[in-house]
Amino acid sequence: MRPARLTVIAAASVAAALTAVTGCSQKSDAGGNDAIKVAASDSACDVSKTEFPAGKVQIDVENKGSKVTEVYVLFPDARIVTERENIGPGTKASITAEIKAGDYEIVCKPGMKGDGISKKVKATGKGGGEEKRSPEMDAAVAAYRAYVVTQAEETLPKAQAFADAVKAGDVEGAKKLYAGSRIGWERTEPVAESFGDIDPKVDVREDGLEAGQDVEKDWTGWHRLEKALWADNKIGDREKQLADTLIADLTDWQKKVGQAEITPTSIANGAKELLDEVATGKVTGEEERYSHTDLVDFKANVEGAQKAYELLKPIATKNDPELVKQLDTQFAALNTLLDKYRADQATYEFTSYDKVGEPERKELSDAVNALAEPLSKLAAAVTK
Amino acid sequence: MTESDSAAQQPQPRQDGDGSATASAAAPSRRAVLGWGGAGFALGAAAAGGAVTAFGGSSDMVSAAASGASVPFHGEHQAGIASAVQDRLHFAAFDVKTKDREELVKLLKEWTVAARLMTAGLPVGEGGFGGLPEAPPDDTGEALGLKASRLTLTIGFGPGLFAKGRFGLEGKRPEALVDLELFPGDNLDPARSGGDLCVQACADDPQVAVHAIRQLARIGFGRTAMRWSQLGFGKTSSTTPDEQTPRNMMGFKDGTRNISGTDKAALDKHVWVGAGDGSDWLTGGSYLVARRIRMHIETWDRTSLQEQEDIFGRDKGEGAPVGKSRERDEPFLKAMKPEAHVRLAHPDTNDGATILRRGYSFTDGTDGLGRLDAGLFFLAYQRDIRKGFIPVQRNLSKNDALNEYIQHVGSAVFAVPPGVRDKDDWWGRALFA
Repeated sequence: MRPARLTVIAAASVAAALTAVTGCSQKSDAGGNDAIKVAASDSACDVSKTEFPAGKVQIDVENKGSKVTEVYVLFPDARIVTERENIGPGTKASITAEIKAGDYEIVCKPGMKGDGISKKVKATGKGGGEEKRSPEMDAAVAAYRAYVVTQAEETLPKAQAFADAVKAGDVEGAKKLYAGSRIGWERTEPVAESFGDIDPKVDVREDGLEAGQDVEKDWTGWHRLEKALWADNKIGDREKQLADTLIADLTDWQKKVGQAEITPTSIANGAKELLDEVATGKVTGEEERYSHTDLVDFKANVEGAQKAYELLKPIATKNDPELVKQLDTQFAALNTLLDKYRADQATYEFTSYDKVGEPERKELSDAVNALAEPLSKLAAAVTK
Repeated sequence: MTESDSAAQQPQPRQDGDGSATASAAAPSRRAVLGWGGAGFALGAAAAGGAVTAFGGSSDMVSAAASGASVPFHGEHQAGIASAVQDRLHFAAFDVKTKDREELVKLLKEWTVAARLMTAGLPVGEGGFGGLPEAPPDDTGEALGLKASRLTLTIGFGPGLFAKGRFGLEGKRPEALVDLELFPGDNLDPARSGGDLCVQACADDPQVAVHAIRQLARIGFGRTAMRWSQLGFGKTSSTTPDEQTPRNMMGFKDGTRNISGTDKAALDKHVWVGAGDGSDWLTGGSYLVARRIRMHIETWDRTSLQEQEDIFGRDKGEGAPVGKSRERDEPFLKAMKPEAHVRLAHPDTNDGATILRRGYSFTDGTDGLGRLDAGLFFLAYQRDIRKGFIPVQRNLSKNDALNEYIQHVGSAVFAVPPGVRDKDDWWGRALFA
C-alpha cells in the first residue's frame, strides 16, 4: 500500500518502454545503413548484424514467411525491451528503441506462438546509458521474475476459492479462506504495487481512499470484503459483486506482473520495502484491523523479502560477507519469533493479532528493525 | 528530586546537595504544611570546596555555547557529568538483543567511533549524502550544517548486562549498582524504566541531541533495541556556579546548590568512583540514577504562593532560602517546615548524602485527560547509589510536602564507565578486558 521506490522506477520504465513501442512502425527503410535488418520467415530469423552500437537502435523487419509474425528484443532475463506484433506475411515493419550496452536476444515468433526463434545480439559502447549486469545479476533478476509470476499464478485459484465462498454467502467459509488468498500478493507486494492502477483496487483500506471517493462505490478489494465478513458479519449483493471484481483485478495483475521492470537494486530495495510494510502496517495491527490476520501478511512479507535476499545472496556474499552474516542471523531470528505464533509450521494459521500483547508487539517490532536496517544496505552491497 | 533546590550552579563553590529526590506517596498532607509558619533563616550546609576550573569560567561557558563549540570527547571522565550543563537533552535506554559478547563489544566500539565524530560536530560514516544513490546514507542528515553545540554523549551500563549467563560479566557487577527498592508512592511504568544500556545526549541544540541518539539507535539495530527515551529542555540544574539558576516546571529556581563541575574535591568525594571502591573497571566512572518525575502541574498552579514557598523552603522570586534574602545565602534548615523539600533533601538531613544533579524539564504533550504530561526528568550522578540517591529518596518519599504534587513514573540505574582516553580506547573497554 505504500508508494514504494520500486513503483517509481517501474512506472518510469514502463512509460519508457511504451514510448519505444509506440515509436515504431515507421517506414521500413528509414534506418538506412545503420538499421538492423531482420529477415523473418516461418523457420528462420536472420539478423543482419549481431553487434551494434548502443543507443537509439532501429530494427527493420521483413516477414518473408507465410504466417503472421512478431518480433521481440529481450533482455537476457526475458524481460521485454521492445516488441512489434502482427507483422503480416510479405510486409515490412520497423522498430526503434533505446538499447543500453549489454547482451540481448532478438526473437521472431512465426504464427505469434511458442518460444520463437532467437538470435543473440550485443549492444556495445556507451550510448543509451550504461547498465552493466553480470550473469549472476541476470540470473537473480530472471529468477525473481519467475517467482513473481508464480506467486500471481498461485494466488488466483486461492482468491477464486475465497470469492466463490463470498458469492455463496458462506461467511464462515470466506473467513477461513481470506488470509490465505493474500499470501502471494503480500510476498511480492513491491512489484504488485508497481501497477499503480491495480493496487488501489485490490488492497486499499478504508482510510486509503482519496478525497471525493465514495466508500460505498469506490472501495473495492480484499479489505472491503474483510470488513463485511468480520465487522458486519454478513454478505450482501454488493459483496458478491465485489468478489468478482477482485478476481477480475487480480487476473489483470497476473497478466501484467511478468512485464514489471526488475533490476538487482529494485529486488534489494523491494525486500527492504516488504519489511517497511511490516513495520508500518502489520506490527501495528492496522492492516487487518477486522480479521486480525496480520501475522499471515507479516509472514508472507518476510518470506518475499527472504526470497529476494536469497537470490541476491551470491552477489552480496562477494561484496559484503559481513552483511550477509548479519542478514542470515536476523532472518532466522525473525522467523523463529514468528513461529512462536503458529502451532503448525505447515500451515499459515497464526495467532489472531488482537491476542498479541504490547510487549510481544514490541518484541516483533524490534526484530523487524533488526532485520530491516541491514536489509537497507543490501542494494549497496549488490551494486558495489 | 525535583531538585528543587539544589543547585546547580552556584556561585559559590560549594556543594551541597540537597539531595533531591522526590517521591510520591505518603505525602504529608497539605494542611500540615500550611499551618506552619514560615520563614526561616537559613543556613546552609554547603559543602565542599573551591573551584578548580576544569571547564572554564562562566564567561567561557557562555561564549562556548554561543559559538556551538565542541566539548572534548576524550578524558579521564566521560563528558556530560561534571561538564557544563547544556540546554537540551535526549536520553535513551536500550535493551541489548544480541547474545553474543563479541557483537556487543563490536557495537560499543562502533558507538564510540560515532560518538567521537558527532561530538566533534561531524556526521557518522560516509556522511549524509553523496554516496550510492541506491542505498540509504550512513548519516541521517538532520544535523548537517549544525555546529557541535557542545554535544556530549555519556554511556551507562544497566544491571541486566551483568546477569548470569548473558555476557560473562556476572562477576563484574559493581556492588553499588543496586536495584532500587520501590519507594513509597512510586508508580513506575516498566515501559519507561530499566535498560541494559543508556546514552545521555546533551547539547545546546535539540536537533543535535536527537540526531545523536538516532544514529546510535540505528547503528545498534539488531544488537540493541530502544526501550524508552526522554527529551528534555530547560536544564533544571547546572554544574557551572556562575550561571543563572534555572527554574523548574513549578516555577522555582532549582538546583541552586548542585556540585560544581569545577569543584574537584567534591567531585572526587561524591561523584567519581575511586580506586578501591570495589570495581576497578569503574574507577573514574560514576553511577547514574534516572527518574521520570511527573508533576501534577494543574493542581500545583492552583496552590497558593505561600504554600508553594513553604513546600520548597525557598521564596519564588529570588529563590532565597526561608528567612534569607539572596538565593545563594546559606539555608537555615530549621527555619523551614519539617516537610519542606529543601530541608529534606539537604545533605545535613541525610548524613551528608550528596549527589550531582543534571536533570531536565520535560513536556510530552497531554495525558488524554487534558492534563499536561510534564515534569522533571531527574538525572543524578554519584559515587555510590547506596550513599547518594537512596537515603535521600527514602527520606523524601516518606516526608516531602512536594509529594502531593509529583509522582515518580520511571526509574533506571546505570554504572557509568570512566572516560574514553584516546583514539584507541572505547566505551567499556575495561569492563570487557
